[in-house]
Amino acid sequence: MKHSVKDLDLIANTIRVDIIKMLEAAGSGHSAGPLGMADVFTALYFEVLNHRPQDPEWEDRDRLILSNGHIVPIRYATMAEAGYFPKEELLTLRKFGSRLQGHPERVRLPGMESTSGPLGSGLSQAAGIGLGLKLKGNTSSRVYVCMGDGELNEGNVWEAAMFASARKINNLTAIIDRNNIQIDGFTETVMPLEPLAMKWQAFGWHVIEVDGHNIEQIVAACLEAQAIFERPTVLIAHTIPGKGVDYMEREPVWHGMPPGLKDIPGDPPKDEQVKVALAELRTLRGKIRGEHE
Amino acid sequence: MSNYADHLSKQLFNDAIDHAPTRKGFGDGLILAGDLDKRVVALCADLTESTQMDGFAKKYPERYFEVGVAEQNLATVAAGLAAEGFIPFTSSYAAFSPGRNWEQIRTTACLNEQPVKIVGSHAGLSVGPDGATHQMLEDIALMRSLPHMTVIVPCDVIEARKATMEIAKTKLPAYLRLAREKTPVITTDDSPFEIGKAQVWREGSDITIIVAGPLAYEALKVCEILAEESIDVELINCPSIKPLDDITILTSTRKTRAVVTVEEAQINGGLGSAIAELLVEHDPVCMERIGVHDSFGQSGTMPELWNHYQLLAADIAAAARRVIKRSNQQT
Repeated sequence: MKHSVKDLDLIANTIRVDIIKMLEAAGSGHSAGPLGMADVFTALYFEVLNHRPQDPEWEDRDRLILSNGHIVPIRYATMAEAGYFPKEELLTLRKFGSRLQGHPERVRLPGMESTSGPLGSGLSQAAGIGLGLKLKGNTSSRVYVCMGDGELNEGNVWEAAMFASARKINNLTAIIDRNNIQIDGFTETVMPLEPLAMKWQAFGWHVIEVDGHNIEQIVAACLEAQAIFERPTVLIAHTIPGKGVDYMEREPVWHGMPPGLKDIPGDPPKDEQVKVALAELRTLRGKIRGEHE
Repeated sequence: MSNYADHLSKQLFNDAIDHAPTRKGFGDGLILAGDLDKRVVALCADLTESTQMDGFAKKYPERYFEVGVAEQNLATVAAGLAAEGFIPFTSSYAAFSPGRNWEQIRTTACLNEQPVKIVGSHAGLSVGPDGATHQMLEDIALMRSLPHMTVIVPCDVIEARKATMEIAKTKLPAYLRLAREKTPVITTDDSPFEIGKAQVWREGSDITIIVAGPLAYEALKVCEILAEESIDVELINCPSIKPLDDITILTSTRKTRAVVTVEEAQINGGLGSAIAELLVEHDPVCMERIGVHDSFGQSGTMPELWNHYQLLAADIAAAARRVIKRSNQQT
């Protein structure tokens, strides 16, 4: 790996802090998903992806599609950390005139590979990109797509799952954020997905289950995918929604809400929510430093 | 027969006029577009032969992708290919694409500014016996409302071929509407076709008839019917519904002060609506819209259905007489 685990964990921690600040400034947006995916995005942008922040259209880059566009604060925060644009711009999230739209728009922000938000269409776009790369003879680039688990309710996802496997699009790696929540509640209550790994296997995919907060595991799984012939790979990344902020973790109520907006029984009062979240992340930072000493 | 543009078929009102379906023109045009530009690729949702994509598929198998009966996937895989610099043409029946996958087209092609070309075949009533489920009448309205989308409704096989080649050159999405049945070949290789341009097929002074699609031949017949009554029709073929040729249309209506629009689609949201919007903002004149009036289709042959839904020359002529009468009462 290019970085130490400690450094990567610290980067993920910084990104989580940025997400809290962005959401506070925006006054709207999703909290749980972006926090839960901080380790996956850190792994992607700082270890896995072959990319050039100063040259986002570089032909040989790896492509990353974000299918569940509502968690885009994590992508913005990670891109800024990686040097795509100044970190000050993060506080313009969701504001008039900002390049950081509430849901990502390709045309507004270099490095954003596709426009997304309405769920279920990222995997098929990634499959199209994978096909396109092969057709062009570009063997150095791979395409990655991040999806939510609630998003798997969409029929378009399974159309794409059939297609990518039938076409043997092996330069495609999908990463599912298996955090078990969606807007109306727990995924297994709203529309059960299990046995999820078996579903993907039955569709002809190579399936790897990983701890979505273990960056080493995520990187190793992405490397394993590169060695799979004739099949696309899906990583089922088990994550904790809201990871890093205790009162948000595993609570569906925090799926679609920013801190500081509403009083939630059992959670810190709304005026304290941001302060508590940042304090916890600061403590976590100390722990990361300590554990790796 | 007089006043008609020189470039139209020499057999215009002869029973021997050639007949061919507009979808065939797409099939021919796609191969030609593929010959000219290797970035052109094709995707189909299990209707390769009936949408006439089979010629391209045979000639360029490595650039053709079968996606199965999955129209959402059809549009979005195409968006992915477009992201890699390709120019994807997607085909299905219009009822399914853009009927089923409108949101995918909106987000991943239009908002995403990718040059995905949506080809909706068997549109209008031309799919006859299949009935209302397959008779797509709302596609023009669906596509016309989308920013960055071009909407083309060719009148015959030759215009469909040219339209296919032209939309292959644009950097943004486009919708091409095709019909199943054979209809008269009105235009020739010499006829002009340009996105955003309408063509005056016959110059006249009493009423403007504006048509898109194969009903153009019925509109031509109206010119002859009304000439017998000394009514001088200006006939405009308007394949480019978006962008609309404002100048040609307003120049004509300024002269005639009376308009009838003709299309094989719902009158709400289609060509007639586009013209009405233009006129009401710039130069309101008396107008009627020929089309399907807020109802669904049904099984039958295409001529039976055109007759039932009052889309034939006699119906257009009657509308023209009413509009002229109203217009005269106003002045």
